[in-house]
Amino acid sequence: MSAIRRSPLLNVWLVLGYAFLYTPIIILIVFSFNESKLVTVWAGFSTKWYGELLRDQQMLSAAWLSLRLALMSATGAVILGVLAGFVMARFGRFRGHNIFAGMITAPLVMPEVITGLSLLLLFVSMEKMLGWPSNRGMFTLWISHVTFCAAFVTVVITSRLKEMDASIEEAAMDLGAPPFKVFTAITLPIIAPAIASGWLLAFTLSLDDLVISSFVAGPGATTLPMKVFSSVRLGVSPKINALAAIVVGVVTLCAAVAGFFMLRTERNRKLEIQAAQRGTD
Amino acid sequence: MVIKRFLPSGRNTVIGIPFFWLLLFLVFPFAIVLKISFAEMVVARPPFTELFVYAQEKLTIILNPGNYLFLLEDHLYIIAYLSSVKTAAVATILALLIGYPMAYGVARANPGIRNLLLLGIVLPSWTSFLLRIYAWIGLLKTNGLINNLLLKLNIIDAPLHLLHTDFAVYIGIVYAYLPFMILPLYTNLVKLDESYLEASADLGARPWKTFLSVTLPLSKGGIIAGSMLVFIPAVGEFVIPALLGGPDTLMIGKILWDEFFSNRDWPVASAVAIVMLLLLIIPMMWFHKHQTQEMENI
Repeated sequence: MSAIRRSPLLNVWLVLGYAFLYTPIIILIVFSFNESKLVTVWAGFSTKWYGELLRDQQMLSAAWLSLRLALMSATGAVILGVLAGFVMARFGRFRGHNIFAGMITAPLVMPEVITGLSLLLLFVSMEKMLGWPSNRGMFTLWISHVTFCAAFVTVVITSRLKEMDASIEEAAMDLGAPPFKVFTAITLPIIAPAIASGWLLAFTLSLDDLVISSFVAGPGATTLPMKVFSSVRLGVSPKINALAAIVVGVVTLCAAVAGFFMLRTERNRKLEIQAAQRGTD
Repeated sequence: MVIKRFLPSGRNTVIGIPFFWLLLFLVFPFAIVLKISFAEMVVARPPFTELFVYAQEKLTIILNPGNYLFLLEDHLYIIAYLSSVKTAAVATILALLIGYPMAYGVARANPGIRNLLLLGIVLPSWTSFLLRIYAWIGLLKTNGLINNLLLKLNIIDAPLHLLHTDFAVYIGIVYAYLPFMILPLYTNLVKLDESYLEASADLGARPWKTFLSVTLPLSKGGIIAGSMLVFIPAVGEFVIPALLGGPDTLMIGKILWDEFFSNRDWPVASAVAIVMLLLLIIPMMWFHKHQTQEMENI
């Protein structure tokens, strides 16, 4: 038992804190089942807004574009983030190390309006000088999303690599495995859960981005947040509540599945380590 | 180090790919923003003048400081910068006051439920930021849920004007960024060795004294990291003032957006961005210093 008493006030504060975080989301979901168009007065249970949402062609095509974009961006960001995380965690100091580390932390806090504007001006200048990319759309969105998501993936990967016991890699090296083999056979399987959570993080960040996308999307491409923002600006609508309820449902499901698999792999790994230790004794 | 045995070419490739990607799509764009902030607006595509004019075998560089002078002359911009910093600072302090006890509570919770509690903090930030801000419109509206509830309980006689105020912007920032405050604080506090607290208690310090002289100083890194993760993006925040703020809410992120999308004045928007970046460079470097320290302490 700890000698330090936990103040009961701390528990009250935690309960209030969680209530603050969750009440708005719960109310949003409750009113997605409201019969009335008013999102604040309850008029009976109905699922008609879900039907209306699913009949909204513009909303659906924006959602489909956002999903494809998020899949591709998360994959690109993971590749870049694993490389960058490996450099940060394993390469020690090299020439340009400080610039590298700065470029990793800057996107974590950079206001999105600045990132969005600067990327748009880059694409416009490139078009003027090189004639490419000739129109903005999916490709410019992808480059922008990969760039800002990669920083978050890098942080996840770096901290996992630093926690990991580097002596396993050294042992494989000593046994004569070439570096690439060590990476694919030892490092990659151990950091796989971190890669999965980095991918999920990048996926949600990309799916959610409004500001950077608005700058770089061009007239042809409308992402889901852009569509939601323009309709929210016109006023509240139960259709948006229905969309929010679906998003919350999907996220909760993903979190539950991811949590389950992470717990299981962690447990299996511990069992394997125990078995291996028993084998050597 | 293991990697010393990597072939130089392999090592350089692994460094090179992310390095050049970030150089091309992160650093180089800032140089272009800087360049265009010295251009003039024209009605053309793209809508700004060239700085480097090569004519009659002579390279002329036309720098136009007019955009920066314009920002200085029109008080709107200076007031907007100041009020953005003030709004972000107040919201950061509120988030710290709410978030610190929560992070402490989670870090001191039973290890069995700690991860679940932590998931509870992070989960809202995985659902859409935009939709979470939208949720507050329904709560804060004049005929919204908070006003209806207060009217029913007879606490107020007439609905309060909550939405489209600075108050709504504070709530929005605290609500949206609270997880980013709590996470670094938690990471820091969970590593805190309880024996320090026990030693302090054994030596007769009261709980408050222990907190102020042991826990608080030891969690300085987490406080700085969390505060900067809230403060810096909040200064340039666009979505929250656009949806929850009123006509009097001057936030520089919203002004940059309007200069770009409504006025189509790209050079002034660039100058606004450059000044914002200069304003944030010191907090950013502070954050970077602590972030690298925290990373190295793992």
